[in-house]
Amino acid sequence: MTTTIYIPRDAAALSVGADDTAKALAAEAQRLGVAARIVRNSSRGMLWLEPVVEVEVNGKRHAYGPVQAEDVASLFAADFVNGGAHPLALGPTDDIPYLKNQERLTFARAGLTDPVSIDDYIAHDGYKGLTNALAMAPAAIVEAVLDSGLRGRGGAAFPAGIKWKTVLNAPVEGDGQKYVVCNADEGDSGTFADRMIMEGDPFVLIEGMTIAGIAGGATRGYIYLRCEYPHAQRALNEAIANAYARNYLGANILGSGKHFDLEVRMGAGAYICGEETSLLESLEGKRGQVRFKPPVPALKGLFGCPTIINNVVTLASVPVILDKGAEHYKNFGVGRSRGTLPIQLAGNIKHGGLVEKAFGVTLRELLYDFGGGSASGRPIRTVQVGGPLGAYIPESQFDLPLDYEAYAKSGNMVGHGGIVVFDDTVDMAAMARYAMEFCAIESCGKCTPCRIGSTRGVEVIDRMLAGDLPVKQEALLRDLCETMLAGSLCALGGMVPYPVLSALNHFPEDFQSQPQRARAAS
Amino acid sequence: MKTERRVIPIKVEARSTLTPQDDAAVRTVINKMQDMPGALLPILHGVQDALGYVPKDAIPVIAQALNLSRAEVHGVVSFYHWYRQEKPGEHVIHLCRAEACQSRGAVALEAHAKAKLGVDFHGTSSDGRYTLEPAYCLGNCALSPAVMIDGELYGRVSPQRFDTLLEKTAEEAAS
Ligand SMILES: Cc1cc2nc3c(=O)[nH]c(=O)nc-3n(C[C@H](O)[C@H](O)[C@H](O)COP(=O)(O)O)c2cc1C
Ligand code: FES
Repeated sequence: MTTTIYIPRDAAALSVGADDTAKALAAEAQRLGVAARIVRNSSRGMLWLEPVVEVEVNGKRHAYGPVQAEDVASLFAADFVNGGAHPLALGPTDDIPYLKNQERLTFARAGLTDPVSIDDYIAHDGYKGLTNALAMAPAAIVEAVLDSGLRGRGGAAFPAGIKWKTVLNAPVEGDGQKYVVCNADEGDSGTFADRMIMEGDPFVLIEGMTIAGIAGGATRGYIYLRCEYPHAQRALNEAIANAYARNYLGANILGSGKHFDLEVRMGAGAYICGEETSLLESLEGKRGQVRFKPPVPALKGLFGCPTIINNVVTLASVPVILDKGAEHYKNFGVGRSRGTLPIQLAGNIKHGGLVEKAFGVTLRELLYDFGGGSASGRPIRTVQVGGPLGAYIPESQFDLPLDYEAYAKSGNMVGHGGIVVFDDTVDMAAMARYAMEFCAIESCGKCTPCRIGSTRGVEVIDRMLAGDLPVKQEALLRDLCETMLAGSLCALGGMVPYPVLSALNHFPEDFQSQPQRARAAS
Repeated sequence: MKTERRVIPIKVEARSTLTPQDDAAVRTVINKMQDMPGALLPILHGVQDALGYVPKDAIPVIAQALNLSRAEVHGVVSFYHWYRQEKPGEHVIHLCRAEACQSRGAVALEAHAKAKLGVDFHGTSSDGRYTLEPAYCLGNCALSPAVMIDGELYGRVSPQRFDTLLEKTAEEAAS
């Protein structure tokens, strides 16, 4: 009997040796004459255990990890092909608490399938949403997305259905072209959910975009992918080619008369190109400078045409809504934050990885129940949620429920759901300085508060730490932050004050200058 | 009184320094892509993929094909961090500087890498082997610090592992 062995092709797994492990598995199986079929699946999201090797025993998958190439011989010796005991054995994969305690809707297939196999995708409930959508009027699709309560997962949390409705009803000019654009620029530190979708289940994004096209009346789609993600580029292009070959893309999709073309375009290493109007400029072949709004992209977007622009996770959440119904999706979550969020546990955390949970989960549950505390074993001092423009949250707020409104009310941001963990060795003044420095490097240069303010911010923090009139510098820094907050054209300059001020407000001791520290110590 | 005659110098455009092979490579990319909507970024990627960088003298060729000014093309090349205008070393190393990597020692790794290679960011080691570039997140934030070498991603990169990875590229080059 042939045994099926799974080993991920996800970039994170590759980054710690999955390819070498896969090669060793194949070689050892051959050497021992074990009939094995090795499937390169995607990651289950337990990234600290990568490379995770799974083996199917009586239809049930058993996990082992982290498995390096040199562990392979001992795995075979322990009869792991029949689920044998071994120090790296993790038991039946589905029973691992980290996975068992999640609510996976968008990531339902993560790690289960061969990412680029369309048959695998269909066998695991893929393309059911599109099949339903093809039988619906565009307005009914839009209504379902509205009813589901799905909000943009890219950061701004704007209701997806309202954008789609605007595009559906937008007057068209000229040749009547409309577009669907997927924002796959995922620039935030601490985030990798988009990457995992694109590498691990690319068809769910393709399906979501196709549904968006049908709903909005758009026949062309682009995925704007950051160039730091070559693995995602390869997986997407392979999946798109397979979808064309099976008529899930192109003209007359599945005989429905609907048309949708899709193409991947690469970014070029500019954080600001994650901002939607800057992204559209970049897609048009220009410098990624932020546009003034209005007009909104839904009315005048790519090449001046009505454009649905959404984040990867937003679009990848659409198929399950069209498959299981808006009500099903909406039943997860709290308040006005409906559904689930793929949360990314990153940085100094023991069990880093992907945790998809309904809104309402607290930071404490995520950091300790899922995350297992810091990786260094030292106390967690702070976490930054929502990327480089998100606030640093102190321990006193760890019981905050994950909810867009609750976060906003306390001066924090959910953003794209990345949580970066720091232990007590972190220097918060250095983190505040870095935030300003990052803004200076990545500013598009169009507005003055962001372009100049960020550089001034670095200087002011430097002077403060050098003990050069520190009280005055602090007042200046706060004043500068206020100007950037109120006067910047987009949220880059407009939100960089959040990490800076939260660091300053929650951890003022770190901002004491050398002379001040010396005085306090004596 | 004799007046000085003022001579207005006319700058003659320097001849392109592109080798015939490089020139052909640039034109091949352009021919393949110039009809795409928003073709400039894909063309620049194509040129950089083929040559390792976007040579200064490729800019007029691209500008002419897309009916843009050289200034516009130059503006785009210089706006994006990814495009390089100098020939890189044999291997390009992207080292992540962002927060999740900092929380696990990226600052120390950065200092180590710079000292080891004897370069600052954007620099190429004197033996022409390695170019060091900063990155702002490589999407490997749960296995930080992260580094990418020639498009391959590496996680949990300690200074020692960094040295091992360098040795690996050297071995691969030798074999
Ligand atoms: C500086 C800046 C960077 C951003 N980066 C991203 C990004 O990398 N990915 C993303 O999806 N949205 C990003 N956004 C948010 C987008 O502007 C926009 O809100 C999003 O693409 C809309 O999609 P959604 O409604 O599905 O979230 C960024 C915004 C700003 C101001
Ligand atoms: S922060 Fe370094 S990989 Fe994301």
